[in-house]
Formats: sequence, structure tokens, C-alpha cells
Amino acid sequence: MKRTLQLLALLILLATAATWLGTGASRGWTKTSVAVKTLDEVTGIEGITYQKKFLPGVDFLGAGTALAVGLAGASLFFRKPTNRKQQPN
Amino acid sequence: MNLSKHLLLTGLLAGLAYGGQAAPQSFDFKDPKSVNNAIFQLDAPLESINGSANGISGTVTFDPENPAAVTGKIIVTTASLTVPNPLQNTHLHGPNWLDAAQFPEISFEAKSLANVKTADNVTTGDLTGTFTLKGVAKDITVPVKLTYLKDKLSARVPNLKGDLLVIRANFPINREDFNIQPGQYEDKVSTTINLSLAIAGASPQP
Repeated sequence: MKRTLQLLALLILLATAATWLGTGASRGWTKTSVAVKTLDEVTGIEGITYQKKFLPGVDFLGAGTALAVGLAGASLFFRKPTNRKQQPN
Repeated sequence: MNLSKHLLLTGLLAGLAYGGQAAPQSFDFKDPKSVNNAIFQLDAPLESINGSANGISGTVTFDPENPAAVTGKIIVTTASLTVPNPLQNTHLHGPNWLDAAQFPEISFEAKSLANVKTADNVTTGDLTGTFTLKGVAKDITVPVKLTYLKDKLSARVPNLKGDLLVIRANFPINREDFNIQPGQYEDKVSTTINLSLAIAGASPQP
């Protein structure tokens, strides 16, 4: 159990970091849409529409890290499995 | 002078008067292409909060021969204000911030234009009017740029002839003046909201 929690914590930490880095390492808040600008050539106005896109921010990185630390901490409550040798009578 | 000649003369004079003096035109700002937008920006410690609104409507009366006489009202639907973060979006529309359910519209009603300068088809000036946000109405003066685009409507909306009027304005407001979390979260969200408006209205002609 101890080993499973530690591996899960490591996996979550790596996955969180990889997702955050892979999507541009945004230092702002997590966004679920991004603004797309299009120029109206007649008026010169830049129209704004929103396109659905998940862009993880520092809150995502923080939540993932906190979860990993929590799981690693919880693993400390479990004892490491030991091989018991029977004592000769 | 018989009746037919009298009618002909009256019609001729009316035609001359109409042709020699441009009449004020009414421009509708409900944009079929949904390009019209208002951008808002608030400073915050981690990153500035940037969003936009495209639910814009309203009517402006503008006379190209007398730009200073501009009047009208622009309305922004509160629910159309959008920020990319879903939690911030929920807070923005909620009762503690803009309360979109109780105050569904943000508006600016133009009263007078001062310091008017016109060059070609571009007029700049200081527009005074009533800005209403979250049920609080306050008279403010904002610098505006009006661009009159004669006969350009068909270039934007095929099969429609007419003119376009582009209005641009950048100005700050204080959220506390409009009862938006007064005295609250000043360390997390600035009290100054920077607004930027870029909208085009159409005046179709038969």
C-alpha cells in the first residue's frame, strides 16, 4: 500500500508538470477558453470570439502538486512490508 | 399658377433642400457580424483580468455635417461579458460583482460632444453622457473617435446600401463608484476598470 501511494503521487506530480509545461507553462490562472481575434477589414475593428481550449495555469500546477504531496504524506502512515522470520523455539 | 405647377415647384424646392443639407442619420449598432465588442481589463497580482463583451445594441443619431450634435444610447448585455477562467466568469456574473440577473444591461447614453475636431471623415471629441452599471447611473466624459464611412455598408453586408459609423472609446471607470464590491478585494482586484469600445453601426438606405 505504501509503495502504491508513493508511485501514484509520483505519477500525478509528473503528469501535472508535463501537462503544464506541454501547454505553454502559463503563469496565470487556468483557462478553459482562449480569445481569438479577427479583423473586420471594412471597419478596422478586431472582433473577439472565444474558442474552447484547456490552458492549465499555476492553480492547476499547485493543485496537482498538493495532491501528490498529500498522497506521499499519507503513505507515511503505512508500514513498510517486512519479511518476518520465525524465531526458533 | 395651376395646381400641378404648384406641386412641381414645391417638390423641386423640397428636393433642393434635401440635397443641399444632409439630415441626421440613425445608426443601428446591433451588429449582424458580431464583431462589435467592448473590452475590459482589471489589474490583479497574478495576472490582469481581461475579458470582452459582444452583446451590443443601441442607436446613435449622427449628422456628418454637424458631428457635434451626436446623440444616442449604446447598450451592452451584462451576461455577454466573458473572461477565459470559468470560476472568474461565474463570479463576474454573480450577485457580488455585476449581478447580471438583476442588472441585465450596462448602458451609455450620449448627451453632448465637446472639443470637436473633424478631419475628413474622422471626428474626435469629448463625449458626455450617462453611464449606467449595476443600476448606478453616473455622468462621465469620455474621449471618442467617430469614423463616418459613407456608402460602405454594402462592403460589409451584401445587398444593403448605406453608411457606417465606427465609434471607438477608451476610458477608465472606478468599480466602487458603481457599487461593485466597494472597499472589498482592493489588494486582489484593482478598483480601476479600463474599458475599450470598438463598435460599428449601420444606417441602411433604400
